[in-house]
Amino acid sequence: MLYREAGQFKTTYAADQQLFPIRQDRIGVITLLLVAFIGVPLFASEYWFSAILIPFLIFSLAALGLNILTGYAGQLSLGSAAFMAVGAYAAYNFQLRIEGIPLIVSFICGGLTAAGVGILFGLPSLRIKGFYLAVATLAAQFFIVWCLTKFPWLSNNSSSGVISTQKLIIFGHELTTPTEKYLLVLSIVVFLALAAKNMVRSTTGRAWMAVRDMDVAASVIGIRLMPTKLLAFAVSSFYCGVAGALYAFCYLGSVEPDGFSLEMSFKILFMIIIGGVGSIMGSFLGAAFILLLPVFLDIALPFLAGLFGLPFSSATVSHIQITVFGALIMFFLIVEPHGLARLWQIAKEKLRLWPFPH
Amino acid sequence: MIKSFKPALTAIAVSLAMLSQSAVAAEEQFFPTISYRVGPYGANGQSFYGGFVDYLNYINIKEKGVNGVQLTSEECETEYNNAKGVECYERLKSKAKVSSGPIHTMSTGISYALIEKSAQDKLPLAMMGYGRTDAVDGSVFPYAFPLVTTYQMQASAIVKFIKEKNGGNLAGKKIVYLYHDSAYGKEAIVALQAEAGLNKFDLVQIPVAHPGNEQGAQWLKIRQEKPDYVIFWGWGVMNQTALKAAQKVGYPREKMIGSWWTGSEEDVVPAGDAAKGYMAATWNVAGKDVPVIADIEKVVYGAGKGNLQDKAKIGTILYNRGVSAAVLSVESIRKAQEKYGKGKAMTGEQVRWALENLNITEARLKTLGATNLLPEIKTSCDNHEGSGKVKIQQWDGAKWVSASDWIEGNKALIHPLFQASAKQYAKEKGITPRDCSKEK
Repeated sequence: MLYREAGQFKTTYAADQQLFPIRQDRIGVITLLLVAFIGVPLFASEYWFSAILIPFLIFSLAALGLNILTGYAGQLSLGSAAFMAVGAYAAYNFQLRIEGIPLIVSFICGGLTAAGVGILFGLPSLRIKGFYLAVATLAAQFFIVWCLTKFPWLSNNSSSGVISTQKLIIFGHELTTPTEKYLLVLSIVVFLALAAKNMVRSTTGRAWMAVRDMDVAASVIGIRLMPTKLLAFAVSSFYCGVAGALYAFCYLGSVEPDGFSLEMSFKILFMIIIGGVGSIMGSFLGAAFILLLPVFLDIALPFLAGLFGLPFSSATVSHIQITVFGALIMFFLIVEPHGLARLWQIAKEKLRLWPFPH
Repeated sequence: MIKSFKPALTAIAVSLAMLSQSAVAAEEQFFPTISYRVGPYGANGQSFYGGFVDYLNYINIKEKGVNGVQLTSEECETEYNNAKGVECYERLKSKAKVSSGPIHTMSTGISYALIEKSAQDKLPLAMMGYGRTDAVDGSVFPYAFPLVTTYQMQASAIVKFIKEKNGGNLAGKKIVYLYHDSAYGKEAIVALQAEAGLNKFDLVQIPVAHPGNEQGAQWLKIRQEKPDYVIFWGWGVMNQTALKAAQKVGYPREKMIGSWWTGSEEDVVPAGDAAKGYMAATWNVAGKDVPVIADIEKVVYGAGKGNLQDKAKIGTILYNRGVSAAVLSVESIRKAQEKYGKGKAMTGEQVRWALENLNITEARLKTLGATNLLPEIKTSCDNHEGSGKVKIQQWDGAKWVSASDWIEGNKALIHPLFQASAKQYAKEKGITPRDCSKEK
């Protein structure tokens, strides 16, 4: 019904190769972008911007970064939060030490620094795979946090290691309201997400997937393993680095190394597992699930408790929330181990065949 | 159809109107409570916020609020997580716009994340004994209040205490600084270095990685160094581990002096025998000897409105600390009402003014029944700390006993450090500091 493609014929290569080949998808994406860029700023409250939408977009970007590495290139990593930390601290230092550097440029430089560090920690991937690689990237997690605490120069000799980010100035205009910050984050995330979507269907992306599916076979058909894997590490860390810079500059405003903990890396990993490994949209769905569900439960549970007259303290709510959250993760993974993105894909396929689903 | 609904609709509309009117009629002072009772430091949060909420209820029951203004609070659980703290703050912010008491996060990380936001939203942020300590300089940080005392002043006061014990001379002595390798642990270093330079003692810094349950190497080093004293800046599980490790290597606990986050019952009771004789700084005494604590137990728990499930925590260090935080908050509401109108709910801006003009004397503390609960406090635009005094207490195996009177850190040495740091912050952020001499 909704996704019936009868009559959509492609007569040129360009039409066949476009990003969203189905017309309904194109309309959907354009509507979504219009809503995000115009509708949301008109209606959302400050709470929504600062506490929900901005972190959601930032974590989507980080999840996207990890998804490129783990989902597409098949290299398990537990260091995403560390690469975010590199991005955050690097962007801060570029802003601090280079007079008059534009904000966006320092974000990019932050991403590039993270990419460099990512390559460094990706080197073991040439020799080891799977769980062993995950443990090697765990080293990044500990080493980088230690490094940021150890060398006070990185935090501009702040006595506590905490950095407080600079003002957000773009083309001489200072971004102060949550709406402006949201639009900045949204633009960057949309741009990078579209870039990622293109990248994974290009030669590079197909090489990543070949390496993921079977690296021996990939090398037999002429894919050079080393550059492919390292590129995946670089691109992934770049995304995480930019996410880290946005996390520091647009969300918290001040960060400390301990904030980028292993726990955060796990959170990002859960996002792609729940959302869908090897899917761009999955990164967004996963981030939404992991970030928004606790907030939703936090607000809904006391309300429900009020309805039934139960005395709930905030600590009880917090405990129930953890339980429900864990149960839901288990439920989802049993029902659909390939994540939310797969559920969406199945729904779409069913709609395309409707009314004759098989 | 619609007609039959009409009476019901009118009834709803009328009752809604009445509800909103009654909300306007009874003035309420809202306390956004960004707390944690779950997570790694949940035990500490339970006692602290239990005391905090109990005191608000106590004022409501005993005095019918502050000049008739009822105190209300809403709690939001952060689990000591910075990002969650920001989410909680944003959630409670809309309610706090009407009236707001000072926000206590009891977390340095969350305070750091909120400093700029709270200044923008004009909501006062209280950081009693933690947080961004250079906010003592109110000319750069108008909305942040590291009340009572700061890590640096505490370190300085501990050095003063040791100096007095040694007959006023520390030259040639050796002091080990054993600290949690995080923002919290590193804050005091700059003060200790300044003190070491001034008093000519040898300072050895030994960091412990988070969470601190492995300290074998550090204590081996301490045994080699044979320091005269160990100043100890631990946290959570690290504290009891240190006490046990000290016992194992035979370092006398009487020569160990901890910071105020290492000196609660939660830290020494699990260490058992090993904790006996250990000393720690504090800015509030433990026990129910303080009249207001005993009265809270009688009035609030008597009325069945107590916040703590475990009543044994009443009178512990952290419970009393929560009460002292609430005392200061309520006093700031009183002060604000004196200027802006009694019996009205105060906005964040008005409370901010009050926090900057607090003058809680010994006599006032006595009226409140809070003698010795906290030191005298007199704040001003260029001194958001207001006191800088701590007591040293000692664990006798069953309870904390005071080992000293109030000791003030070396203000002349420490406060310039804050000003320099605040100045650097102002430069980085492009803030023009207020002129404190023009403030009233």
